[in-house]
Amino acid sequence: MNQPQAFDVIAVDTLLERARALREQGFRLVQISATQLPDQVELTYSFDRDSRLTNLRLNLPNGARLPSISGVFGCAVLYENEVHDLFGVPVDGLAIDFKGNFYKTAVKFPFGSTKAPCAAPAAGAPAPCAVEEVKK
Amino acid sequence: MAYFKMSWLALKWALKKPATSPYPFVPRRLLAGSRGKLSFTKDGCVYCNVCAKKCPTHAIVVNRANKKWAIDRLRCIACGYCVEACPKDSLTLKPEHGAPTITRDREIH
Amino acid sequence: MARTVIPFGPQHPVLPEPVHLDLVVEDERVVEARPSIGFIHRGLEKLAEKKDYVEFTYVAERICGICSFIHSQTYCQAVETLMNVPVPPRALYLRTIWGEMSRIHSHLLWLGLMADGMGFESLFMHSWRIREQLLDIIEATTGGRVIFGSCKVGGVRRDIDDETASGILKELDEIEKDMREIARVFLEDKSVKARLCGIGTLSKQEAYELGCVGPMLRASGVAQDMRTLGYAAFGDIAVEPVTRTEGDSYARSTVRCQELFQSVSIIRQAFAKMPAGEIAVKVTGNPTGETITRTEQPRGEVVYHLKANGTKNLQRFRVRTPTFANLPAMLKVLPGCDLADVPMIVLTIDPCISCTER
Repeated sequence: MNQPQAFDVIAVDTLLERARALREQGFRLVQISATQLPDQVELTYSFDRDSRLTNLRLNLPNGARLPSISGVFGCAVLYENEVHDLFGVPVDGLAIDFKGNFYKTAVKFPFGSTKAPCAAPAAGAPAPCAVEEVKK
Repeated sequence: MAYFKMSWLALKWALKKPATSPYPFVPRRLLAGSRGKLSFTKDGCVYCNVCAKKCPTHAIVVNRANKKWAIDRLRCIACGYCVEACPKDSLTLKPEHGAPTITRDREIH
Repeated sequence: MARTVIPFGPQHPVLPEPVHLDLVVEDERVVEARPSIGFIHRGLEKLAEKKDYVEFTYVAERICGICSFIHSQTYCQAVETLMNVPVPPRALYLRTIWGEMSRIHSHLLWLGLMADGMGFESLFMHSWRIREQLLDIIEATTGGRVIFGSCKVGGVRRDIDDETASGILKELDEIEKDMREIARVFLEDKSVKARLCGIGTLSKQEAYELGCVGPMLRASGVAQDMRTLGYAAFGDIAVEPVTRTEGDSYARSTVRCQELFQSVSIIRQAFAKMPAGEIAVKVTGNPTGETITRTEQPRGEVVYHLKANGTKNLQRFRVRTPTFANLPAMLKVLPGCDLADVPMIVLTIDPCISCTER
């Protein structure tokens, strides 16, 4: 039932090359997932062929730019916009750039920090960070 | 052909009793396993606080010193975790759903 | 020709949930569709940092109100993989049975919405009448109508005894008979065919490359079904993916209607093969490691990416839901169609927006 899972760690500049090679072999993009670690964002690209997963892993320092693979896999656009809107990772070369309006969140980049985005609001009071956002 | 099938289906159901029930006049049929209202029986409770700890929504508050058990009905999701955890079987999930809660106050027993 | 932008949604009669499309139209023909989602982004993935991994089963189940059970099942499967929990076989069979019941009720809900969307009101009533019978079975066995709450890490929380099982099988025969009746009416009706055949066509190649999942992909001729991975009891129960080759809206509807009967047959097989024994094991400790778990939801493949670091809270909980994967295909098939066909095409994707945004 459980497939063996390997996460193939690659460098950022080889991402496009690897993605192109996978596409030529007939893989489909399953998902792109990001995890915020204290000083870096860890990205996982999962590809599938004949129900078997191949995972690529990228470690991106905070603030570094991510090359888009939307030119290779068209459906990556949504995942990359999601990574940008939730984690604040700037993505280069997006086929369709929503410019941060893909998700309508009260807080900008809500997942982009290891701390909780909002402190627990006092009873009856609006969430403090939502108010700050409006003031800007 | 499909027109006849649909007409036949419509005719069949026109002659049958309605599948719905006249709700406010006839109460809904209770299903034995349904997770409805959480009920608390005071006898036997040792105020051990296990239900409050197990509650995923923190709806239950137990005060051991004053021997009080309280529940915020608006938070309760009727998951039945407290019922499984209770060592004295003081808690049960009744199949009926009970009257709606209209105040934010905790229900204190 | 002058172009007009027509907003579609977030509130629209055919959409039960908010998604917004900006349709660029020339005359009556759509030339471009621009989506925007995020109206109901709840940040459930971030909540994993506050709720411990046992409590989080409930949150995972509430990601969606329709495919709820399979969400909790996938979550539990992922945590069990991380912690190497040997789940008792009876629990796996019960999960399979409930999972298939939730598939039937989701497909019947979709059939009703579809019929309602095209103005076939009586079929809408019939399909929801049948769904109600199934919801009663679900409520009697799990305690909830759509939020089952019966899955937990290490197994399931309720058992189905033999007497109840034979009662369910008898009711299932009735339900199957009724479903055959309405599925035949729906699929053979001339106006339904006129409304669905040949619109929103997606070729096999496009469907695969755009990363479609579920009935959307199978209707285009790709036999992909995550149940063939053999999770839960699917190792013992063979599943042959239902496929069509046309790739249009009618093919997608046919696939879903046929899956209703496939699920009924899976439930029968599962009851016949279900072993006796325990329904849950005690789970202690905290998860560590990382896993990607996939299961088949009514709308297609769902991907759970879990990362744990040995504390009681998960470090990362990420869900890629089927509708999210089907959105690019929706944007691909909309250009070129008539404005009046847009609701039908959107409905054949069976959009589940609260899943998509989590």
